[in-house]
Amino acid sequence: MYYIDPHIHMVSRTTDDYETLAKMGCVGLSEPAFWAGFDRGSVDSFRDYFRQLTDFERKRAAQYGIQHFTWLCINAKEAENVSLSREVIAMIPEFLNEPNVLGIGEIGLNKNTKNEATIFVEHLELAIQYNQQILIHTPHLADKYQGTRMILDMLCDDTRIDRSRVLVDHVEEHTVRHVLDEGFWAGMTLYPVSKCTPQRACDMIEMYGPERLLVNSAGDWGPSKPTAVPDFIFEMRRRGHSESLIRKVVYENPVQFFSQSQGFKFTAPDASVTTANS
Amino acid sequence: MSIPMTAPEVLDREFLEIRAKVLELAASFDRLHRAEGVVAGDPRLSLIHEALDVLQVEADDRAEQVQLIFSLHYDDDWQQKFDMASGQ
Ligand SMILES: [Zn+2]
Repeated sequence: MYYIDPHIHMVSRTTDDYETLAKMGCVGLSEPAFWAGFDRGSVDSFRDYFRQLTDFERKRAAQYGIQHFTWLCINAKEAENVSLSREVIAMIPEFLNEPNVLGIGEIGLNKNTKNEATIFVEHLELAIQYNQQILIHTPHLADKYQGTRMILDMLCDDTRIDRSRVLVDHVEEHTVRHVLDEGFWAGMTLYPVSKCTPQRACDMIEMYGPERLLVNSAGDWGPSKPTAVPDFIFEMRRRGHSESLIRKVVYENPVQFFSQSQGFKFTAPDASVTTANS
Repeated sequence: MSIPMTAPEVLDREFLEIRAKVLELAASFDRLHRAEGVVAGDPRLSLIHEALDVLQVEADDRAEQVQLIFSLHYDDDWQQKFDMASGQ
């Protein structure tokens, strides 16, 4: 089955992983900007990272028939440095017209601090000003519930935000309903240490239905599994779910969500071209 | 929408898995008990006990309840505390 991984950090993966993903049916993926494992020292470091995301990774993926899309921001961990964050936010528009950019992300909260919240709101301002879609990281473990509720407060306070163009990622059993009830898209991240398992992701599909729900691997430099979406597909099949339901979650939903972005010029495997708002 | 499997089918498929997970927990508690030192007053231990209690009560939101036990409290007046304006 063809699928799209809507949240995976390929800069931290090998070219062999691209080959494995392609063999498993991955035809497209989206890569949000994130933490590098260390705090970067200057705005130029982010400029180089954005070049990597908009140019090098796109070409590396294309060699394996995978269409690569990306999101730009300064992540929540580095948002503690407010002055650097503002420099990065001011620089992002240089890249917004690159052909594979879908929007602003993954912005969000990490430890739910005031600085993180301040920079989150400034990213929202940038997205609104440039009519960009938004991809949001929610915190892990004990911080997740509080942080997700805070993020929803900030989003819902701003009437200019089109909720159908916002994806709130890393939802789990205690946050998914809040996100869907407010009209946003929700992403379930299959990650071995924290976050969700393929089994629990299937449970949430069964409990909430497939509308506005996505499944991703978040594969990065940590102990993660870039082929987690095929694990989800396999678990859905083992339970006896229909191929059309599985395809909706892992392929049609990401296409529907991304199609609201000008940067989503996607060629489907059957060669029909899907562009923004078609 | 619901799960296509029947309850007996779920139990057939997951019995050994559940058994193994319960056994892992039992061994973890034994290990804690055997080791030197005291953790009786550690708040993490009371969270674990609270979560174990949830498992014994019939409900279809036990995963959500366990998640909330291990979560920080959310205050809806956080924006005032941070001195951040709300509403655009
Ligand atoms: Zn991520």
